[in-house]
Amino acid sequence: MQLSREDLLKAYRDMRTIREFEDRVHDEFAKGGIPGFVHLYAGEEASGVGVCMNLDDRDKIASTHRGHGHCIAKGCDPKAMMKEIYGKRDGLCGGKGGSMHIADLSRGMMGANGIVGGGPPLVCGAALTAKTLKTGGVAVAFVGDGGSNQGTTLESYNLARVWNLPVVFVVEDNGYAETTASAWSVGGSQKKRAEAFGMPGTEVDGHDFFAVYDAARQAVEFARSGDGPSLLHVKLDRHYGHFEGDAMTYRAEGEVEKLRQDRDALKIFRTKVSEAKLLETGQLDEIDAEVKELIDQAVAESEAAPPPGEEDLLTDVYVSY
Amino acid sequence: MSNKSFRQAINEALAQEMRRDPAVIVMGEDNAGGLGAPGEDDAWGGVLGVTKGLMPEFGRERVLDTPISESAFIGAAVGAAATGLRPVAELMFVDFMGVCFDQIFNQAGKFKYMFGGKAVTPLVVRTMFGAGFRAASQHSQCLYPIFTHIPGLKVVIPSSPYEAKGLMIQAIRDDDPVIFLEHKVMYDDEEEVPDEPYTIPFGEANLTREGGDVTIVAFGRMVQFSNQVADKLEKEGISCTVVDPRTTSPLDTDTILECVADTGRLVVVDEANPRCNMATDISALVAQEAFGALKAPIKMVTPPHTPVPFSPQLEDLYIPTPEKIEAAVRAVAGA
Repeated sequence: MQLSREDLLKAYRDMRTIREFEDRVHDEFAKGGIPGFVHLYAGEEASGVGVCMNLDDRDKIASTHRGHGHCIAKGCDPKAMMKEIYGKRDGLCGGKGGSMHIADLSRGMMGANGIVGGGPPLVCGAALTAKTLKTGGVAVAFVGDGGSNQGTTLESYNLARVWNLPVVFVVEDNGYAETTASAWSVGGSQKKRAEAFGMPGTEVDGHDFFAVYDAARQAVEFARSGDGPSLLHVKLDRHYGHFEGDAMTYRAEGEVEKLRQDRDALKIFRTKVSEAKLLETGQLDEIDAEVKELIDQAVAESEAAPPPGEEDLLTDVYVSY
Repeated sequence: MSNKSFRQAINEALAQEMRRDPAVIVMGEDNAGGLGAPGEDDAWGGVLGVTKGLMPEFGRERVLDTPISESAFIGAAVGAAATGLRPVAELMFVDFMGVCFDQIFNQAGKFKYMFGGKAVTPLVVRTMFGAGFRAASQHSQCLYPIFTHIPGLKVVIPSSPYEAKGLMIQAIRDDDPVIFLEHKVMYDDEEEVPDEPYTIPFGEANLTREGGDVTIVAFGRMVQFSNQVADKLEKEGISCTVVDPRTTSPLDTDTILECVADTGRLVVVDEANPRCNMATDISALVAQEAFGALKAPIKMVTPPHTPVPFSPQLEDLYIPTPEKIEAAVRAVAGA
């Protein structure tokens, strides 16, 4: 399927929204306005957006601790997300989840996850629901290179294969599990791991939206047509540390500056669509300005929003008790 | 109404709910059995036959055999529950929770709260527990206090075939994640059980005996032992109330406190290891809320703080017995 102008504009807007959201969370966290642990997705935008552009309302995703980008790519409201990250009552999860548990099941977003490797089994379940109820839906598990070594992830490869589930496993390999290089921590290769479980594995340049989009389209079609699970090994970079406050002493000197210069997914997208005369620079600049305003508003509204009160502490534990 | 075993009662609950609601599915290791193997299909129906016959009626799409891979399939049950199915997943022995507990306590138990009330996870995890099978340390534990500790989970311990059927149907229809614990020694116990579906609400204790001298609170198989003790002592003029809370979460604290207020004497019988178990929990409750009503110190009857031993002689020493319960009741009654 060829991407329409509208598709390209949406892809760019989503990627820009993620970047602006994350850059701004980085700044506001540094100023002390945001509580808790925050893990930023800046630099990885092409993966979340390139995958989720292939999904629709029937489809589910499960995310990781680095989940803001997946939320935005799956259609969650950035303002409600920002309020959640600020811990406010009107946040996407009433201020009870925060950055690591941000979710919107009504958008098919089954949650960021504070447990590395927590998502893949859940996604097998979402795919089982789709298969049992014949919804035609597909389920996508995003997992990092760190999460790729969890038993839950490897067990899920096997379960998805033997139950022939409509699942796509997306291993987002940003080179580091916290401080530890994936080159050291991952035995074998992601692609060969997939193949060992009897499913196709594809290596993808995660800086290139179009590469991710094409690979994901094939994987989603494969799942949707009943052929079962497959895996994408998406190689990309994160612009910030494991979490906010990480001094990144384990990275090479100048590493981040260089990848921001040479391998920035947004710059690459802009260059490609401009050179191919698919979109005009002015349109992209306009989106940049609109997104900046949206995130400015999101931050201002989040700062002003009321926190939950004592009456909220005991609610939402059970449906009935 | 007919005579049914604990095993048949649970099987009938599952079958009736699967007929009623197409969203109910069953999954677990060898829940049918024989998948991909050259011999008999539906070979086991679960390791102790509880799900036997479900696959022939409902097909392999709704009775799913799994690899021995609890993290993946318990997690899949959680994910399926959060997206529209009502899975009943079998964790063969509760001792195996160690390899899949994250999916139960960090995922299923917390979805509703973490997601601001918007998640519904109608999951049942059926699991076998308890000592007495000579199954040794890794196949004999109770562990229900650990589930009870987790907000978001409901924890059910049926004490008879009648209780098992009604509580299982309730568990399947309940919209919260439920851990349903089946004592492995009780599968062949029989009693009259209605043929039609019925539910027993959670959080409402059952008084299996009523008497004025001593309150005995007990769970699962220990309810049976406590009933035996109550019947024996009744003849000697010590009359006991036996409280079966049925569920440890929610816990019917009102009934426990009312019974203690009536009798002034409490024995708690718990097959779980003694530190931070239901016996300590209920003792603390009563000490805090009904201290003034107590005419004697509370007695707890539990196993020792050891793993479950293998040797039959040692296992018999480990498990709380009617004799130990009787001694505790006599002690508080005489105090």
